[in-house]
Amino acid sequence: MKAAAFDYIRPETLGAAITLLTRHGPDAKLIAGGQSLLPALNLRLSAPGLLIDIGRLAALRGITLADRTLHIGAGCTHAQVMTHPLIQRHAPLIARALADVAHPAIRARGTFGGSLANADPAAELPACALALDAVMHAQGPAGPRRIPAAEFFTALFETALAPDEVLTGVDIPIQGDTQWGFAELARRTGDYAMVGLAAVARPGTIRLGWFSVGQTAILAHRAAATLTEGGPLEAACTALADDLPAHDDPQASAAMRLHLARVLLRRVVGAWGGR
Amino acid sequence: MTSITLTVNGEPITATIPARLHLADFLRDHLGLTGTHLGCEHGVCGACTVRLDGAIVRGCLVLAVQADGCTVETIEGVSDSGEVADLQHAFAARNALQCGYCTPGMVLTAQDFLLHAPADADRAAIREHLSGNYCRCTGYEAIIDAVETTLNARRTP
Repeated sequence: MKAAAFDYIRPETLGAAITLLTRHGPDAKLIAGGQSLLPALNLRLSAPGLLIDIGRLAALRGITLADRTLHIGAGCTHAQVMTHPLIQRHAPLIARALADVAHPAIRARGTFGGSLANADPAAELPACALALDAVMHAQGPAGPRRIPAAEFFTALFETALAPDEVLTGVDIPIQGDTQWGFAELARRTGDYAMVGLAAVARPGTIRLGWFSVGQTAILAHRAAATLTEGGPLEAACTALADDLPAHDDPQASAAMRLHLARVLLRRVVGAWGGR
Repeated sequence: MTSITLTVNGEPITATIPARLHLADFLRDHLGLTGTHLGCEHGVCGACTVRLDGAIVRGCLVLAVQADGCTVETIEGVSDSGEVADLQHAFAARNALQCGYCTPGMVLTAQDFLLHAPADADRAAIREHLSGNYCRCTGYEAIIDAVETTLNARRTP
C-alpha cells in the first residue's frame, strides 16, 4: 500500500526540530531512519500530518568515550554502531545484538535512538539498554534531561519521553570486567524474536534484559538476584516463572515462551561457567 | 510538493514530488527505472533494494525526499556499468532465477556481500547476507551457488 499524504520538513538544528514538534503536537511525528515508521505509514497504521526529519542532524551523531562512559548518538545507524571500534571493544553486547536486527539493508538506515524511542517490545536494543543500565538523554523545550533505562520503557510502544522531547543519545557505563551474553530465538533470520535475552554481569550485580516477553522489554529481577547471590542456574530458571509475564501471542504460548526463555538463560549464563 | 536534487546512476536529477512518495515509486514512476521491483512495500521482501550513498537500502522504506542530495544506484546503473556482469552471468549459468522478480534486489544485495565479504566468507555468510531477500521460485540453493561461484572467481587472481 501507499502512505497517506503528509507534509515533510527537514529542520537544520535540533532546536528547530523541537520547536516544530511543540508547535504541531500529536499531528507531527519524528522520522530518522524510518525503518519502523515507513512500514506503519505504508500500511496506514499511522497517518501523521507532518513528518519532521531529524535523520541528518549532526547533534544526534557520533560515538564517544569519556569518563568510563560510552555515548552513542541517537541518530547513529545500526550499521555504524555495529562496526564502530569503541562499541566492539567496550559494548560488544550491542554489536552482537545488532547482528540480529533485521537485515543489512535495514541496518543501513535504522537508527539506534529510533529503535529505543519506538519501544517495540520485540526489539533487541531496549533489552540491551536495560541490561547495560544505560541512561537516555532527552531534549525538549525545557532543556535536556536524563532518564535511566529502567524508567524509560513504560508500556507497549510507550516511553517516558514527553510528546515534545527528542531522544538525543544514550550513555552506557563501561565496566572493565563485564561478562555478557546475548541470544534470541526467531523462526527466520532477521525476524522479530519469539523470545530474547541480553545479559550483563558486573561486579556485585547481574542484569537480565528480556525482549519479546510482554508489553515492554523487562529486567528479570528474581532470576538475576538468584545468580548474583551465587545460586545455581536451575534456581534462576525456576525464578524466571515469577519474573516473566504469562504472555500468549500467535508466535508462542506463555508456557512455550517460558520454556524457551529458560533455554536461553541456560545457554547464555551456562557459557559463563561456574554454575 | 517538495523539490529534490539527487544523482541517479550518475545522472543529475531534479524533481518536484509529493512527500509521501517512496524512493522505489519515484525511480519507477517518475524516472522509468522499472528494474527496481516492489513486492511487499513494508520492508520484508527485498525486491526494491537499491544503493543509497553506497549502502543497500529498501527502496520502499526511504522517502524520495529523504534521498535529496544523495547518490542512488539501481540495477540499471550497475548493469550498464558492467559492475555486476560476472554475477549476472553466474545467476544465468546456475539457474538462480526463474520468474526474475526478486533478481534485481538479489543481485544488488549479493554484490553488496561480495564487495564487503571477509576472506573466510562461506555459504553460511552468503545465506545470512541474503536472508532479507525473498525468492519464491528457486529455493535459494541456486542463488547461493551463483554468489559463491562469483566469490570464488573474484578471489582468483
